[in-house]
Parts: sequence; structure tokens; C-alpha cells
Amino acid sequence: MTTGSQTSGPDAVAHRAWNRHTPRQRWGRFAGFLLVVAATVWSLSTIDIFWPWLWDAPQQMGDLFRRMVPPDTSQWKGILTALIETVNIATIATFFAVFLSLPVALIAAQNTTPNRVTLWLGRFILVSSRSVNTIVWALLFVAIFGPGVIAGILAIIFRSLGFLGKLIGEAIEEIDRAPIEALEATGATRTKVLLYGVIPQVIPTFFAVSILRWDINLRESTVLGLVGAGGIGLILQGAIDTFAWQTVATILLAIIALVIAGEAVAAWLRKKVI
Amino acid sequence: MTASTSITRKTWRKPPFIANPWLRWGLIVGIGVYIVWATSTLPFDWERVREGLPRAARIFNNAFPPSFERSGLLISGFSESIKIAIVAPLAGVGLSVPVAFMAARNISPAPIYAIGRAIIIIARSFHPVIVAILFVKAVGFGPLAGILTLTIYSIGFVAKMLAERIEEIDWGQVEALRAAGAGTLVTLQYAVLPQIMPRQIGLTIYQLDSNLRASAIVGIVGAGGIGGTLMNAFGRYDYDFALAITLCIIGVVLVSEAVSGQIRRALW
Repeated sequence: MTTGSQTSGPDAVAHRAWNRHTPRQRWGRFAGFLLVVAATVWSLSTIDIFWPWLWDAPQQMGDLFRRMVPPDTSQWKGILTALIETVNIATIATFFAVFLSLPVALIAAQNTTPNRVTLWLGRFILVSSRSVNTIVWALLFVAIFGPGVIAGILAIIFRSLGFLGKLIGEAIEEIDRAPIEALEATGATRTKVLLYGVIPQVIPTFFAVSILRWDINLRESTVLGLVGAGGIGLILQGAIDTFAWQTVATILLAIIALVIAGEAVAAWLRKKVI
Repeated sequence: MTASTSITRKTWRKPPFIANPWLRWGLIVGIGVYIVWATSTLPFDWERVREGLPRAARIFNNAFPPSFERSGLLISGFSESIKIAIVAPLAGVGLSVPVAFMAARNISPAPIYAIGRAIIIIARSFHPVIVAILFVKAVGFGPLAGILTLTIYSIGFVAKMLAERIEEIDWGQVEALRAAGAGTLVTLQYAVLPQIMPRQIGLTIYQLDSNLRASAIVGIVGAGGIGGTLMNAFGRYDYDFALAITLCIIGVVLVSEAVSGQIRRALW
């Protein structure tokens, strides 16, 4: 309307070219992009890869799969026993890890920990448990107790502890203060406050993360045998070492079935319990 | 009569977590029976556990203090792990985009949807260590097997999350472009991709971090990286060097977790 008289105000704003990002954002995005490219180029140019092997890979994989069909099911009894052992390792380990993780979660949560020392002790347990992979824990326990299911169960317990403790600890930190204050006002002891004020509030999370962890542990326990810690991995390793590829195929199919069944059971439990 | 007594009862009882008593006691008894049965079927050897305790003490004595003498080996192992962890998620994320489109119910026709889902299920069912063994057999020892393994691992996770995001997109933009006569590719590029881009970038950064963890263990079966060094140290009873490697893995994982957390927070 009054284009000539108004040089500032809404009109100037309307004529300004619209940009999605400010120049600073654009430079930032460009720098990020450049960084990704540089990192990729550096990795690809210095990594120790024999490139012909990569071009050969599809053919080699095809060859491997051809040797796997048809799956040889004659060993099904041994495979089934190993599968049951795998499930048992995962379940027993989850069961004990759940109980051990509760006190750790309580001392690692800021609002329930008795003092700073226990807080840091709790955090130390959580971090060291989570940063070491199950396989590495298994290597350690196989070195200590020798090959077998004990090493596997302990490895999974030690790994699950940090995961369960961290998630339950976070749930404890987010609880509603009011019931606890009410309990404290009636003169309840510390144990009673925990039992009636804290635990009922975190029980849903507690069951949810336990079921989730059981599902993860089922997958993890399929590879424990590769370092000698029991379960189906042991016979998988044996079949691969003897180039019994058709048996390998059966074992791999059994693992897929186990993992899918585990997911189904976990989903059913979650619906039923929570 | 009965109603008034129940009201005047003084002691309050905590309501049970599972309201149905049959389900509650069924679950408790079932779990108890199962644990007892499962524990009894496992071939525990308590003799070996008893022997193991002094061995544990010996191992910990040997492990302290951690030895950083062979730091050259440590650094070369880590740099290989990091390279694997950079290349693999890029390849994996690149490949996971088409797989995610295939596995999104609202975009793909039924048979392609089934193929996409099958790829995701198979990629997710196998632990990376199992995939690594197969790749080591197919393409030989070294980082190539590690990269291929973690590519599969990334596809399983990223494609699954991305497909879920694609199924949740705002369909209005797709309809608008279709109404304007845009082809399938153009519709994907302008209506679908911009909506899933933030999730895609976040997942990629998450994968960098998670692949760094995984690349530390695929080396245990010979697929390159620091895991191989760790396995050798264990095999030679070099527990002080093994402890040094483990401490470094913990440090690197914590740093990468912090960095990726920062980047993701800045992006979202």
C-alpha cells in the first residue's frame, strides 16, 4: 500500500529473502558435513583392507549359503538341548541379576542413597558393569572358573546388573515425593519407607526393564559358547570348525526361531503384567 | 454385619501388584519351579568353582597394575576399531534407507513389505559375533569382515527404527505432491525424506557410538579391531595388558557416549 513512504517495519521484513538457516547454521552444517567426509576418507584410505576380497565377497557369501542348503536336521536332539540350556542360562542369570540390581539401584539413586560414598560406589558398579561387554565378562569368568555354564551365567549377571540398576535407579529418582513424606510424617522407619513408599512406585518399571533385559540376554547367551561359556554357541562353533555348513544352517535357523519366540513371550508378558 | 467389620478393620494391607490372585500365585510358583528345575539341569561343577576362587585372586594380582608397555599395539588396535566404527554405520545407514522404505507398511506393497521385514528380522536376530564368524569364513580375517558385520548390525537397528518413523509420517504432504502430479521418487524425496531426516541423523550418530562398542568385540572372532588384541592378551595370560585394554575400551566408550549424547541434544 504505502510502499514508497515506509522503508522499515513490516514491509522490509516481507521483502527480505527467506532462508531456512542463518549463515552461522549453514557454516556449521557445512563443517559437520566436511568432518564426516574427512573421517570417512581417512578411515577408508588407511584401513588395512585387501580390496579384491570385498569385490569377491558376494560370490563367497553366495558360495557359503549354497553349502548351507538344505539344512541338515539330523543333529536336532543336540541342538534342542543346547537351545534349552541357552534359555536357562539367560533366565537364571536375569533372575539373579534382577535381585542384585535392586540394592545397587537404591544406592545409585540420589534420593535414596544413604550418603555420597554409597552414591559413588553405586555409580561405579553401574558404569563398570555396563562398559564391559558380555563376551569380555565371559572371557574373564572362563579364565577363572574354566569353560562351562557357570562362566556364562556370571557373565550375563555382571553385564545385566549395570543395565537394570541404571534404569531402575532413574525410575527411583523420578518418583513422587508425597507418599514418602506422608510415610515419614507418620514416623515410618527407613525400611518401611522403602517398602511402602519407594518400591510400589518403581515396580512397573522394574518389571518392564526385567522383561526387556531377559529378551536381550536371550540373544547374548547365544554367543557365550563361542568363548566356551555354555549354550548353543558351543555347538555352533563346533559345526563351523568342522565345516558342517548344513548343520550350521539348522543352528542359525534355530537361533532365529529362539529370538523370535523370545520376543513374542516378552511382548505377551509385558501386556499381561504391566 | 460383615460390611461394617471390614470397614472397622484397623490394619491396612498393601494392594497386590497383580490384582488377579490366580495369575499372581501362578506366576510366582511357576517362576520358582522353573528356576529350581533349570538350576538342577545345568551341569554345575562346584569343585571347579572352589578351585576358581584362588585362581581369580591370582588373575587379579597379575592384572594390577595395568600394563601400558605395548601401547603401540593398543593404539593400532583402537585406530582400527574406530575406522571400522566410522565406515560400517555409514554403509549400514546408506543401505538401511531403502530397506526401511521396503519395510514401511504405508509405502510398500505387501510382498515388498514382507521382504523388508524379513531382512530386518534376520539382521536383528543374530548377535554381531555370529555374523562376524560367518563373514570371517567368507572374506577372511581382518577389518573387512568387521565392517561387513557392523553394516548388517546397523541395518537391523536403523532400518527398524526408520521404518517405524516412516509409518508415522504426516500423509498430507504425500497427498499434496501426488495431487500435483509428482512421481514416486519425487514424492519420496520431497514429502517423505524431509520428515524422517532428523530421526535418520540421530540414529546415525547413535550407531557410531554403538558400533564402537560392537567393533571392540567382533575382533574376538578375528574381524579386526581392538577385540583381537584383547583376545590375544587373554590367550597369553597377559592379564595386566588385558586390563589396560579393557580400561581403554571403557574410557573410549564413555567419551563417545558423552560426545554422541551432546551432538544428539544439539541436533534435536
